[in-house]
Amino acid sequence: MTTLRLTGVQLRYVNKAFWRNPASAFFTFAFPLMFLVIFTALLGHYTVQLGSRTVNTSTYYVASMACFSVITACFNNIAAAVTFQREDGILKRAHGTPLPSASFLGARILHAILVAVLLVAITAAFGRLVYSADIPTGLSLLRFVVALLVGAAAFCALGLAATAVIPNADAAAPIINAIILPIEFLSGIFIPFGSNTPAWILWVAKIFPVRHFVLSMEAGFLGTAFNWTDVLVVAVWGIAGMLLAIRFFTWEPRQG
Amino acid sequence: MSDELAVRVRGLVKSYGSVQAVRGIDLDIRHGEIFALLGPNGAGKTSTVEILEGYRRRDGGEVAVLGCDPGRDRAKMLPHVGIVLQKTGVDRYLTVIETVRLYASYYPRPRSPDEVVELAGLTEKRDSRVTKLSGGQTRRLDMAVALAGDPDLLFLDEPTTGFDPSARRDAWEVVKNLASLGKTVLLTTHYMDEAQYLADRVAVIAAGQIVAEGTPATLGDRNLAGARIRYRLPAGVAPPDTVPGEQDADGFMVITSADVVQDLHQLTGWAIDNRITLDGLEVTRPSLEDIYLALTSEPETAS
Repeated sequence: MTTLRLTGVQLRYVNKAFWRNPASAFFTFAFPLMFLVIFTALLGHYTVQLGSRTVNTSTYYVASMACFSVITACFNNIAAAVTFQREDGILKRAHGTPLPSASFLGARILHAILVAVLLVAITAAFGRLVYSADIPTGLSLLRFVVALLVGAAAFCALGLAATAVIPNADAAAPIINAIILPIEFLSGIFIPFGSNTPAWILWVAKIFPVRHFVLSMEAGFLGTAFNWTDVLVVAVWGIAGMLLAIRFFTWEPRQG
Repeated sequence: MSDELAVRVRGLVKSYGSVQAVRGIDLDIRHGEIFALLGPNGAGKTSTVEILEGYRRRDGGEVAVLGCDPGRDRAKMLPHVGIVLQKTGVDRYLTVIETVRLYASYYPRPRSPDEVVELAGLTEKRDSRVTKLSGGQTRRLDMAVALAGDPDLLFLDEPTTGFDPSARRDAWEVVKNLASLGKTVLLTTHYMDEAQYLADRVAVIAAGQIVAEGTPATLGDRNLAGARIRYRLPAGVAPPDTVPGEQDADGFMVITSADVVQDLHQLTGWAIDNRITLDGLEVTRPSLEDIYLALTSEPETAS
């Protein structure tokens, strides 16, 4: 009960601090839309072949950027924010109060998920207005929401796990980008896969959670086949991330 | 629960790899007392305090903090203690009062956040972002945050290291205020004057062991007995047999004296009788700083 109440209190402050940090708010909210505009401006007049369906690249990018924004809000932001807080000694200080660890980290994760949902809503609305993208409805919406929440939670867990390999605050951004950007490229987020995509890229995409997450989200936006296996793979990655975080997460700064 | 002692430590030991950081420490800290653990960097102060705070596990010995074993019942202990770490941060995007309110919300019986801000001398900065505070003010915010839960026991790990004199004074006033509230304070410092000004009792720690313990006054007294007479002889003159001394590196004669009046009389009598000038004659007593330095540089002889 106390844990729940304190998670609520903590969530309010995480939210307050988030909106007062212009850099994090800007990158989190402006990047996906900016990329969406740039990519569709560059490549919007092409089409992408998804199985038997042909969709406009602009529509494709609405789904892609929605996924990208979820990954940024959850994986990138959690890994960076928690590393900064660890190196600043904020984690250690919080760990010396009666605040349960679950409340501290839970609030951060809940906040990232809420931001992710908001970002997807904004991207979808923007895509609908500007690029006439499809918006999931009915059963498709329900599956879409499940895929979104599972994905957001999984990328949060992976973000927490990533803090273990980030030695200090300066290294946060480069390491996070070095982990996630190649996987995003290899999962077709920025450049759609085509019939001539090399087999090894398809294999890499199958291993990591990003492609599966994209596929489960695309089903809602593009009407492609929805596969629960994709959600399951993302969930398994999330659980693995959580277990790694539990094992390797530290509350104390790495650098004196 | 041990009612008479806020902190009781017996035979505390802690090693990091092959380095013994804490080598058998005993401490008794009474309720309402300001207790200073004084020692140079690397003496084992922070290791000791972080074991008491439950951040580190001890290798051996007994520890009771407000009747709890911080290694086992940390969750039971934490609502009743406030911790000011040596290096620590607060969320950059909150104001002073928001920060104190946030931390107050973690505790079952918090003190009023406005009152805490006032105690820390930050009323004027109440609504400022924490990034707008000076170093000294930030440190007082650390104290405010530690006070938010109205703790019985406060840990202050080097509260003023690296501060200018006026910022140190301000921080000291805050600590004095706490004492008037009846809080028990365990303070670590490497400043002798800080321990002397703030503490009811002081333990000097060196190389992981307590080498002296007492009130700031008695800690001095015991060691102040020996005064030092220092002077320079003209070239070729031998010192008097009655008050033999030793020559130091600067060519001065140094007499360590238990009876200064008697020895000084002997020396000056001898000089007048023989028409010898005693250049730079001076009598000094070791300062607390000297005692502290002597204690902490030779831990083996004192233990």
